[in-house]
Amino acid sequence: MATKTKTLNTQAIPGTDDVTRVQLPNGIVVLARENPHSLSVTVRGYLEAGSLFDPQEKLGLADFAADALMRGTAQRDFKAIYDTLESIGASLGYNGGTHTTGFGGRALSEDLNLILDLLAETLRQPAFPKPAIERLRAQFLTGLALRSQDTKEMAGMTFDEMVYRGHPYSRPEDGFPETINAITAEDLAAYHKKHFGPRGMIVVIVGGIDPQEAVDQVSAALGDWHNPEQPNPLELPEWLPLKTRASKRVEIPGLSQSDLVIGTAGPPRAAKDYMAAAIGNSVLGQFGLMGRVGDAVRERAGLAYYAYSSLGGGIGPGAWTVQAGVNPANEEQAAELIFAEIQRFVDEPVSEEEISDSQSNAIGSMPLSLESNGGVAQALINIERHELGLDYYRNYPTLVKAVTREQIRETAARYLQPDKLALAAAGPTRAAGPTRKD
Amino acid sequence: MDYLRTQLSNGMQVLLKEIHTAPIISHWLWLRVGSRDEPKGFTGASHWVEHMQFKGTKQFPSGQLDKDISRDGGFWNAMTYIDWTTYFETMPAPKIDLALRLEADRMANSLFEPEEVASERTVIISERQGNENSPLFKLDEDMQAVAFESHPYGHEVIGEMGDLETMSRADLYQHYKHFYVPNNAVLAMAGDFDTQKMLTRVEELFGQIPAGEQPARIAQDEAPPEEERHVETKGPGETIFVRAAYRAPRANHPDFFPLTVLDSLLTGPSSVNLFGGGISNKTSRLYDRLVETEKAVSVGGGLQATIDPFLYAITATVHPQRKAEDVIAPLDEEIARIQEAPPQPAELARAVKQAQALFAYGSESITNQAFWLGFAEMFDTYAWFERYLERLEAVTPADVQRVAQAYLRPEQRVLGIYVPDGVV
Repeated sequence: MATKTKTLNTQAIPGTDDVTRVQLPNGIVVLARENPHSLSVTVRGYLEAGSLFDPQEKLGLADFAADALMRGTAQRDFKAIYDTLESIGASLGYNGGTHTTGFGGRALSEDLNLILDLLAETLRQPAFPKPAIERLRAQFLTGLALRSQDTKEMAGMTFDEMVYRGHPYSRPEDGFPETINAITAEDLAAYHKKHFGPRGMIVVIVGGIDPQEAVDQVSAALGDWHNPEQPNPLELPEWLPLKTRASKRVEIPGLSQSDLVIGTAGPPRAAKDYMAAAIGNSVLGQFGLMGRVGDAVRERAGLAYYAYSSLGGGIGPGAWTVQAGVNPANEEQAAELIFAEIQRFVDEPVSEEEISDSQSNAIGSMPLSLESNGGVAQALINIERHELGLDYYRNYPTLVKAVTREQIRETAARYLQPDKLALAAAGPTRAAGPTRKD
Repeated sequence: MDYLRTQLSNGMQVLLKEIHTAPIISHWLWLRVGSRDEPKGFTGASHWVEHMQFKGTKQFPSGQLDKDISRDGGFWNAMTYIDWTTYFETMPAPKIDLALRLEADRMANSLFEPEEVASERTVIISERQGNENSPLFKLDEDMQAVAFESHPYGHEVIGEMGDLETMSRADLYQHYKHFYVPNNAVLAMAGDFDTQKMLTRVEELFGQIPAGEQPARIAQDEAPPEEERHVETKGPGETIFVRAAYRAPRANHPDFFPLTVLDSLLTGPSSVNLFGGGISNKTSRLYDRLVETEKAVSVGGGLQATIDPFLYAITATVHPQRKAEDVIAPLDEEIARIQEAPPQPAELARAVKQAQALFAYGSESITNQAFWLGFAEMFDTYAWFERYLERLEAVTPADVQRVAQAYLRPEQRVLGIYVPDGVV
């Protein structure tokens, strides 16, 4: 059984010998990998267009444009687009991010060409028809109304405003009602014309398809696309840490529970210390039932259903946070426990047992994350986006095992300086005493 | 048949399906207990017991079992539903024995230490308060209470706050001892193993647990309402939600399949996968009628496979410039339309193609395949799932029209509206 498992293991992990990587003459990078067991195919990727370019008064423009691509093209209206997709049980969608606009879809393998045709058409010839744009605007505004009632979202937004003041990461990608209302169909068309192009674009295809055929199909659909106007990606300004610990609370009357976000900026995904941060983060608030934080806040104090840490990574200094959902009367107590855990994480190396547990977990669970076409596609995107190398996931166990306890402590101390953390809370109006609010 | 379905001498049912596409095994233990088995005063007991199953046995003390699974790279969780409770571990194949030992142990030997019960009480209250932040949870809770007068489907799985504050350790332990017996359990595994060897191991570990009394059931069939019932839930926010909930057939009733097709035509295909995602619904009749006409910003439907007749709910998020009535009238007209005229065969063919695609997506995940192996046993047998596509294909336009007439009757429904404080 052990021998058989070993053979399969190699096959399950993508690497140089089974990933096809081709750069088309117009700049698009195509990555493809066959999954002979699959009847379907997953398409994922991104373009170098994101909310970093959004004017302040039209914040949400990139996000709006991403969704609007699917609302009509020169050839097809909204209904025809979705009729193409839904009649074959396929999907395709766009998602506006800070640095990039992502896309993703899937179909039965024989229908890949339909997805790629639609991808090319919506990317190259979106029509931004006004009635469809107005319907989309109402959907965005409803989303923002719901966001304003969501303690997790509001605590997260407040955290970003504090930690990233003066930095583009302080801005919510989905904007505000007034900025969404300020965006016109002409703005969307102008933004698209300037920023959408093949340079920096990645297309990943994984599933029941021959990799060369996948590359040929992408080339046929997008190989002749050019946009000389496409600007270079924006450089991020330097991020400056808070000078002292800061806290802010947003009131949302009428709710039952509060959310807390505590933390600061962490390392970018490509940083040398990212792996140490990731293993350390597992100890802090992931491993088992949400790591040390889960143990302190949920298991021992019984204060929260969820209390965990997360490490953003990404192109720039994404957030490194601890989050918890607690009764409003328990916000201070939970925050104290979390600050104490961060202090300990920064002051003392994690134990031998803790690092070994989190390393085994990272190594053992990696093949599970590569089980589906979508999981492999995401892995290939990470490889390309952060220049990790095609054999990254095969080398992953070695990289994980190389992390030491002292590296984790140093990394924690470098980022999570306890006297420079931000605490954001969102929750109901609080009474003087610890009474439950309905 | 490419799987084994058998029973141990103590009555535990076992399903094993070999899949050798990846070095992974997914292990699921299903108990036939959920909120359906909770009398008034003890609502939320099944879910709380599920939490207590992570709080330790002598062999695996509290905090130990989740660490042991995670250390081996496993992915685990547990879920409580109206009809069942399930625990799963998906692990690298050579490590799966840990999951078997752990589940066999905690099926019979959980400690329910009083201090752990006390600490978990506040955790679950916190979970409930998190749910209460959601307008749709509040609306749902109010609507279920009105939809069922005596059937325990009338309360939410998480339980009522009053019961969460008062239930005792003894109540929970009794619930556990009553329902966590092998003759009330189904073990389902899929993945990279040898069936005979695995069956031997399952027998070694689970076969020694003595059978218990067959748990008694309190749920009694309840006739649907005879006239339309209305619910208005008030709460914070600016967004109005409208939900119409109709009494649906049980999952093993022949009408379940035509109703699945009807749901697909009205609100888009429901995903058959717990792991694997779905597809959009923008060509569905109600999207076209409500969202494209700017009465709503989204619409969806939910038909769930349940033991007893539960609810088929259609939910719309009302457009910010509209009122609930603006949605209800066209919703009713669309339902009347399908009651008056059968759909086109092409619409049915599309629903079937969508279901086929969703099946293909779901089969990528071994965890999802193991899920289905046990889940279908909760309300029928795995054959239900195996024949799912075939039975959808057999549905005719006349069947769809007939179930629309039979189940989507206004006098049998609960119509709920979430009215936010911010709307005057």
